[in-house]
Amino acid sequence: MAVLDIIKLPDERLKRVSEPVESFDQELRAFIADLEDTRRAGPAAVGIAAPQVARHQRILIVDVSGRPKTESHGHLVLINPEITHWEGFEIGREGCLSVPDFTGNVIRATRIKLRAQDPEGATHIYEMEGFEARAVQHELDHLDGLLFVDRVVSRRTDLYRRKVYQKGSGD
Amino acid sequence: MSDWTMLTLVGADRPGIVARVTRALYGAGCNLGEASMIRLGGNFTIMLMVGGGLSCEQLQNALDPVARELGLRLHLDPVRGGLHQHLVPNIQVRVAGADRAGIVADVTEILADQGFNILELESDVAGDAAKPVYIMNIQGYCEQTMESLEKALSGLAAKGISADVAPVEILIG
Repeated sequence: MAVLDIIKLPDERLKRVSEPVESFDQELRAFIADLEDTRRAGPAAVGIAAPQVARHQRILIVDVSGRPKTESHGHLVLINPEITHWEGFEIGREGCLSVPDFTGNVIRATRIKLRAQDPEGATHIYEMEGFEARAVQHELDHLDGLLFVDRVVSRRTDLYRRKVYQKGSGD
Repeated sequence: MSDWTMLTLVGADRPGIVARVTRALYGAGCNLGEASMIRLGGNFTIMLMVGGGLSCEQLQNALDPVARELGLRLHLDPVRGGLHQHLVPNIQVRVAGADRAGIVADVTEILADQGFNILELESDVAGDAAKPVYIMNIQGYCEQTMESLEKALSGLAAKGISADVAPVEILIG
């Protein structure tokens, strides 16, 4: 068990695309335990991806179960994850362990379908939405060398939410 | 002693203002901090933290040629830096209503009474000249509950103002 060093912007290693995991062995499971320790050591992170600790393999952890009134699959270790279906979009504010003291608005799909392997190599299909779906999309970006800062939209964009329009046109 | 200067700048909008102003500052040996730059109506506006140890007078001299050429008015104030200590908003208030004088004062007075600290406020006048609509988005920090804020703002509906309170939930990943 160990807390690993988190690499931070502008470290070029955050831009590298991660490789698929091929060996589902004890070493992998030990790394996942360290990755989880690292996630928990930081400031309330709901997810973490292997490249954030400079291991360029397609491994991520997401756990939004600590958030009140949120449907979720609990603690998820996702290996070689692939999003197979996207639906809807919404804006939400994100921050990142690799980008201290900055938050920004990002557009993500509202609902996703996901295929991923577990630490033993078995394949699972997940359907998720809202905060959990956002967390998975944020972490999965890390595997493709993307940070949320690459996707930040204008704060002003949020003024034009459909909900505001409907209220505005109601008078 | 302050090592930052707040540059406030306004002028008729046109392409190239940011490039010319920041090039002049770089040429004078300045370093830039946080900024807000936006078109308001037909005007381009800049609020920009400028570092690098130059006095307001030296900055004024460095910017004078480009200000004259592009018709920009500017103002300089020494300020404290205060970087790397972002306050994180926890509440967002979206306001919309037929445009009339007093909407901002009505809404923000209620928020101030609730101890709401505004971190960002952006507003637009939408619609058209005959039927303008005022739209405002406020993000800030408040220790009161959502219910308390909603109750405090509920009286605005009678004045034709819709105010929607929502938590700002930040995903850290």
